Amino acid sequence: MFIEIKDVSISFEENQERVDVLEHVNLNIEKGEFVCILGSSGCGKSTLLNVIAGFEKADRGTILIDGKPVEKPSSDYVTIFQNYGLLPWRTVQKNVELGLEEKKISPAERKVIAQKYIDMVGLSGAEKKRPAQLSGGMKQRAAIARALAVSPEILYMDEPFGALDPITRMKLQDDVLRICKEEKKTILFVTHDMEEAIYLSDRIVILDSEIRGIKSVVNIKLPAFRDRTSDDFIAARDKLFEVFHMKREVEYPEYYI
Amino acid sequence: MEKTITKTVISFAALAVIWQLGVTVSSVNTALFPTPGMVLKAFGELTTGLKGSTSDATIWTHIAVSLGRFLAGYLLAAVSGVVLGLLLGIFPKVFAYVNPIVQLIRPVAPVAWLPFIVLIFGIGDIPAIVIIFIAGFFPILLSTVSAVNHLDPIYTRVAQNFGMSKMKSLVKIIFPASFPQIMNALHLALGTSWIFLVSGEMVGSQSGLGFLVMDAKNCIRSDALLAAIITIGVIGLILDGLMGQLEKAASREFGV
Repeated sequence: MFIEIKDVSISFEENQERVDVLEHVNLNIEKGEFVCILGSSGCGKSTLLNVIAGFEKADRGTILIDGKPVEKPSSDYVTIFQNYGLLPWRTVQKNVELGLEEKKISPAERKVIAQKYIDMVGLSGAEKKRPAQLSGGMKQRAAIARALAVSPEILYMDEPFGALDPITRMKLQDDVLRICKEEKKTILFVTHDMEEAIYLSDRIVILDSEIRGIKSVVNIKLPAFRDRTSDDFIAARDKLFEVFHMKREVEYPEYYI
Repeated sequence: MEKTITKTVISFAALAVIWQLGVTVSSVNTALFPTPGMVLKAFGELTTGLKGSTSDATIWTHIAVSLGRFLAGYLLAAVSGVVLGLLLGIFPKVFAYVNPIVQLIRPVAPVAWLPFIVLIFGIGDIPAIVIIFIAGFFPILLSTVSAVNHLDPIYTRVAQNFGMSKMKSLVKIIFPASFPQIMNALHLALGTSWIFLVSGEMVGSQSGLGFLVMDAKNCIRSDALLAAIITIGVIGLILDGLMGQLEKAASREFGV
């Protein structure tokens, strides 16, 4: 096991009352796996990710990565946020170098590494631009390059494409998939978009706010690079819809007059 | 920019006309309320020194002295207010203890401290500088703390994620991220400090624009008094304009 989530319970204070969000969550993630956490708003999926990433503390339970408990954030596992978190006063290149500045790497070497990942995410030519000059999709690409630059083993992605238009979103999904296969990253991806989850993941973990935990885990046995319009893809989507009780039995007429 | 200048000129011209008409129509004693022309003449007199005054300094000397004190007090307030504000911003537990004391001192007019200041430092440059410092320091401190507290938490997370120490992230992320709001606070405090410069100099010194106001009063020269008041206003306007430009440049450089 690479990431082990053991008996984790999370609550937070709201209007001076403790609200339990998740109770007794157990989950194991293998190295190189792409796992999506899927659920509706308020089911605690982002909270769970924040705890796994070390930004927040669980009330109970432990998170182990490679057998070591997670106590604080580290550049071995970097989080990508929905609203990017780029520094507006730095250029794309300087943003990508941010994490490298904390490691013992010479400025010249930083530049080379930054350039490699800027090229990888398809931002070549935008090195000297400020975040304000970039579209939402390009901002997220810059944030991904910045995360990859410190060569983390794990990427946590918290609804990273939630603010993007559908076409940009699909392009970024393709790129993230390609990059994580090439770079052999383990990815934990939070989303509320079912198609996105099926398109990207090896496994979908469905959280439910009523049972305050994992409702079910769906394995997606499709090739690594998927066709959104294939029969297999639609079959997988049907299966997921069933879990959410959203599949309706409709009797189609045999013919129209 | 040019449009603003045109509008400013028109507005001042209109004010002068209304003022002149007001004095003429109401036939007020011009020794009590002078006409614009008399004030202009008095300004000319001030450039060589006010007649009958205990001081023979020209208005240029007074302006230079006031600006020097202003810069000293204001820069001191800006540097200490921002540095302490940033630190108290990242250590909210410490700020919770400091805040009540700050809130206790803040509503007291800075001039109220003057007797103590004069007793400790004597008459001269220091009282005015200390008054300007007190006037500028608290608003700058509190606005900086608030700017840090209202930063998007994503900045802290990014800093933590890349293993930055608290002090390093203060310099590299928190200060630049809150800089536009800090500049706004510095801009507001500039106006307040300039206002209190005059009050400080009115009581605690023998030179400067505040002293000139008192001097004109003592010589019973309402025209010179108004000339001094207008000079204070115009310099305030220029300082505000300069700071506005700096603030704009800062938000271009650091802005979202």
